[in-house]
Amino acid sequence: MRRLLALTLWPGRKSGAPGYVGWLLLGILLSAATSLTNVGLLAVSAYLISKAALVRESSDLSLLITGVRFFALARAGLRYAERYVTHLATFRILTRLRVWFYRALEPLAPARLQGYRSGDLLTRIAADMETLENFYLRVVIPPLAAALVILAASLFLGFFDRRLAWALLLFALITGVLLPWVNLRLSRGPAAETIRLRAALNAALVDELEGGADLLIFGQAGRYQARTGALSARLHAAQAQLAGVRGLSNALSALLAGLAGVTLLLLAVPLVTGGDLNGVYLAMLPLTAMTALEAVQPMNQAAQMLASSRAAAGRLFELADAPPPVTDPPAPAVAPAAQGGLALDVDHLRFRYSPDAPLVLDGLTFHVPAGGRVALLGPNGSGKSSLINVLLRFWAYEGGVITLGGADLRTLTQDDARRLVGVAPQQVYLFNGSLRENLYLADPDASEEALIDACRLAQLHDWIGSLPQGYDTLVGENGLLLSGGQRQRLAIARAVLKDAPILILDEPAAHLDPLTEQALWQALDSFMAERTTIIISHKPLEAARVDGVVRVG
Amino acid sequence: MPRERLSIRGPARRLLFGATAAGFGAGALLAGQSVLLSLIIDRVFRRGWDPARIAPLLGWVIGLLLLRALCLWLQEIWAQRAAGQVKSALRTQLTDHLYALGPAYTRTQRSGDLVNAAVEGVEALDAYLTQFLPARYLAGLLPLFILLLVFLLDPWTSLILLFTGPMLILLLALIGGRAEALTRQRFAELSWMSAFFLDLLRGLPTLKLFGRSREQAETIEEISRAYGKSTLEVLATAFQSSLVMEWAATAATAMVALETSLRLMNGVLPFERALALLLLTPEFFLPLRQFAVKYHMGAAGKAALERINQVLETPAPAAPAGTHSAAPRFDSRPDPQQLPMRIRFEGVTLRYPPGADGGEERPPALRCLSFTAEAGQSVALVGASGAGKSTVINALAGFVLPQSGQLSVGGVPLARLEMEAWRRQIAWMPQQPHLFHGTVADNIRLARPDAAPEELVSAAQSAHAHEFITQLPQGYETRLGEGGAGLSGGQRQRLALARVFLKDAPLVLLDEITANLDEESEALVRGTLETLLRAGRTGDGRPRTVLLAAHRLELARAADRIVVMDRGRAVQSGPHGQLASVDGPYRALLRAYTGDCADQDAPDEVRPSADLVTGGVP
Repeated sequence: MRRLLALTLWPGRKSGAPGYVGWLLLGILLSAATSLTNVGLLAVSAYLISKAALVRESSDLSLLITGVRFFALARAGLRYAERYVTHLATFRILTRLRVWFYRALEPLAPARLQGYRSGDLLTRIAADMETLENFYLRVVIPPLAAALVILAASLFLGFFDRRLAWALLLFALITGVLLPWVNLRLSRGPAAETIRLRAALNAALVDELEGGADLLIFGQAGRYQARTGALSARLHAAQAQLAGVRGLSNALSALLAGLAGVTLLLLAVPLVTGGDLNGVYLAMLPLTAMTALEAVQPMNQAAQMLASSRAAAGRLFELADAPPPVTDPPAPAVAPAAQGGLALDVDHLRFRYSPDAPLVLDGLTFHVPAGGRVALLGPNGSGKSSLINVLLRFWAYEGGVITLGGADLRTLTQDDARRLVGVAPQQVYLFNGSLRENLYLADPDASEEALIDACRLAQLHDWIGSLPQGYDTLVGENGLLLSGGQRQRLAIARAVLKDAPILILDEPAAHLDPLTEQALWQALDSFMAERTTIIISHKPLEAARVDGVVRVG
Repeated sequence: MPRERLSIRGPARRLLFGATAAGFGAGALLAGQSVLLSLIIDRVFRRGWDPARIAPLLGWVIGLLLLRALCLWLQEIWAQRAAGQVKSALRTQLTDHLYALGPAYTRTQRSGDLVNAAVEGVEALDAYLTQFLPARYLAGLLPLFILLLVFLLDPWTSLILLFTGPMLILLLALIGGRAEALTRQRFAELSWMSAFFLDLLRGLPTLKLFGRSREQAETIEEISRAYGKSTLEVLATAFQSSLVMEWAATAATAMVALETSLRLMNGVLPFERALALLLLTPEFFLPLRQFAVKYHMGAAGKAALERINQVLETPAPAAPAGTHSAAPRFDSRPDPQQLPMRIRFEGVTLRYPPGADGGEERPPALRCLSFTAEAGQSVALVGASGAGKSTVINALAGFVLPQSGQLSVGGVPLARLEMEAWRRQIAWMPQQPHLFHGTVADNIRLARPDAAPEELVSAAQSAHAHEFITQLPQGYETRLGEGGAGLSGGQRQRLALARVFLKDAPLVLLDEITANLDEESEALVRGTLETLLRAGRTGDGRPRTVLLAAHRLELARAADRIVVMDRGRAVQSGPHGQLASVDGPYRALLRAYTGDCADQDAPDEVRPSADLVTGGVP
């Protein structure tokens, strides 16, 4: 938590970035001032009414009347300013956080992100960032503002009698500290249960929806529905338990505010009857305490959010602190010039995904001359795709030597290594944008003709041409609007656009019908002729398409 | 246009009513407490009562406080219980309807979207039901009560509230129309940045692949800034409506304070009334302000309701695909078990329903399709993807209904059969079999929950699944994770085949997997499928009919008969030997498939020989 604050509020002299502590302080002050105007409005109004009961001339009240008007007008304006400033500060802080986190994560992808279950981790990161959005607005600002309000109100009450101030402080501590703490403790169990059951219900519903056809055919729909129903009932029971705690804490906090009023009366009434306090102040005192305590109400929420923010920040820092899998050499070699492909040598390559995992590649050795064309064959899981991860420097290899055009891969910078290798991966990622944007990713400076040529090669152009929006068609989130075959051909088009001396095609024909596959090979033939090509496949290719075969696993 | 509507019935309705009543009680008690406090202050300040005399009054205040606390507690509990009941009912309704719609519908939707509607969407109703709805009712009821109370205390002051209250509501309604749109926009914007960030993180390896990853940090900064700015603009307008709210509430308080104090000075209003009026004025606005705070909770719930109703309002096919058949019950429904499995398509035309997004009409998947599979025969359907092979299988499973033509079984139209009884006659292997959370055994037993362990093993053996299952850490009791993570495509396929064997049905529908299997799995699956294609008989001696949607031609050879499909029609049919010997669509497919097109292959220049490959893994 401290680190999170330091990162965004006091980024340090080194980074040269401005801190946002000033903005945050302003937000806290405005927030406290807003609450205090409300206290002021009611207190002065009560005093005004009390005073009016005693005087006969309205001129005696003019100062108080001005006070009432002032507080009434100031409150609305202050509220607006407070919200504007705190949100502005939050958005700025978040921008910094996002950039910082992206920079920390960038060298880690994909190696350090793979150990977790696929999309899960990244979704969580995005959700964690959203959680932190609330951190400043609902965790940092309210307690500090509430403390200022209570302090000011106590000082005011202390002016009349010290015991009044102590009473307010006591009630504020109970409502703002003890109650949220008890609330947090009591709801911890059911809250965890709720999260767990919600995940289980989610999984059960995914089962029901995705396996719906299987369930219908095998006549099991009713049984699964009953199972989901039972989970749903358990979730609601846990939620009801949480609501019980929440309701109790609402009830107690209202009760405490009322009791504070009663207590102040009990303390003040003897002062009035004893002549130590003018009765004209009597109405104002309990009102001051009760309205000041309203500022403490958000503490319950702040406590809940502190817990979730702490968890979110902890996860983000843990990830950001992971060491990068590959670091650039201190004195990198010059990347080999590439014309007509580069020779690729893999010599006794040994690789595993983590130190305690089994070896995926154990002594892989092969040689492809510049411009050669080789098929890499092997069953699923034999490490064919791992070779791509190694060549792209996404993972470090633990033994053996890889040379590209005579240069040791380890002596090159990661950027250079990646520049030399063009890959059409099997699992292609498409960004939520247009086809054109997704293609230009491979070469932002490419001309329109080059783009179209690449798509022609990949057997995509005719299909794209048939779309009403052509190259500007949006592909949807992760290209979900495209079929497997279309995605794969898009990956090939990207690899063609990238125009690297070494070309790797991972299962290029997996989703293609035989006719399209034929056409693709034919179109790629001249492109591959000028490059060193590796074709990864789980089943034998036609012998004519490659010069040689490497069996893996 | 789907509406946001929600029918709350039965105990949930009573609970929600109780919650609102408790909330009303809490508000009323607060008002009573204010009146009492004013009275106490008056007695001490104006009449100089000593502490002993006001003690009973203070006792009343404490009593009201306790009652109020009880009301607040009950409000939360009852509202949450009501929400639980409504949500449970809604989920059941949703899954019922999705079963009725069948996979033909669920396939058109992204299943993640549907799960979202069923889990997150229904959960979003939680806040709608427990916070938004009671707040809405209280915003309508409590101010009226306070107004009445104020009127009884002092009619003049009630005029102030009567003017500022409706004026406030009017102002809010004026802004409100815009505010609703703004709230929606705000939520869209909030999730947009998150989606953008997620997209970048997911695509990080791809960005690195093309050396474009580092520059994205600037993009994030730029977009995040712009996003913050635009969101703040949206929010600023939202803040304005709360500005109005605050202003009206404080202005009314100030007016009441000034007005009462002047009349108090002139002796026309007693002090305790003036003080009570001052305390009651904020309470008049409190429910309205709370409603404004909870308004966005309603917006999220409304959006979710719209999505849920959109699903619920999608009409199910005339004869539902699900478990509950709504078709008129024929007096003499034929028992599918007694029917010979002679499958006949006669001029069947079938068009998939458009997706729920109201997408355009789709071209028919089957056009005037006619063919027959005799009882005990195996028939392979071949053709390019999109020819309608899988649709034939889906139609037989009752997931989609033909618009015209006749689909009959043993001479009886499929539409006349009771779906559940009919499906008992079918074993099915889909392209992407779903593996459920649970053990391997549970997953196979799906086909027959009462199967004995020996039967399970025997089915797994027939499907060549037994070998890999016994190698799993806990054998048949190994738990499968989300979507059966941990199993390869081939292994999943073999589990689905084990289900087919366990069911031992007289009609077997097979949709061959198109994705890549590793060589070993592929050989095993192919072998199993070939065994199945030799049709044979079920355990109780009935001839078994097998239909295979074949995406590869090798398998089709093993079938008794091949039906070649092209854009929803049967264009050729007969055994492999016969079809392969004549020039026709089958031959064309065969040629493309085997890559037997020497005429297209450019004559090779002398290529480096294979010996350039110097090694491999030993």
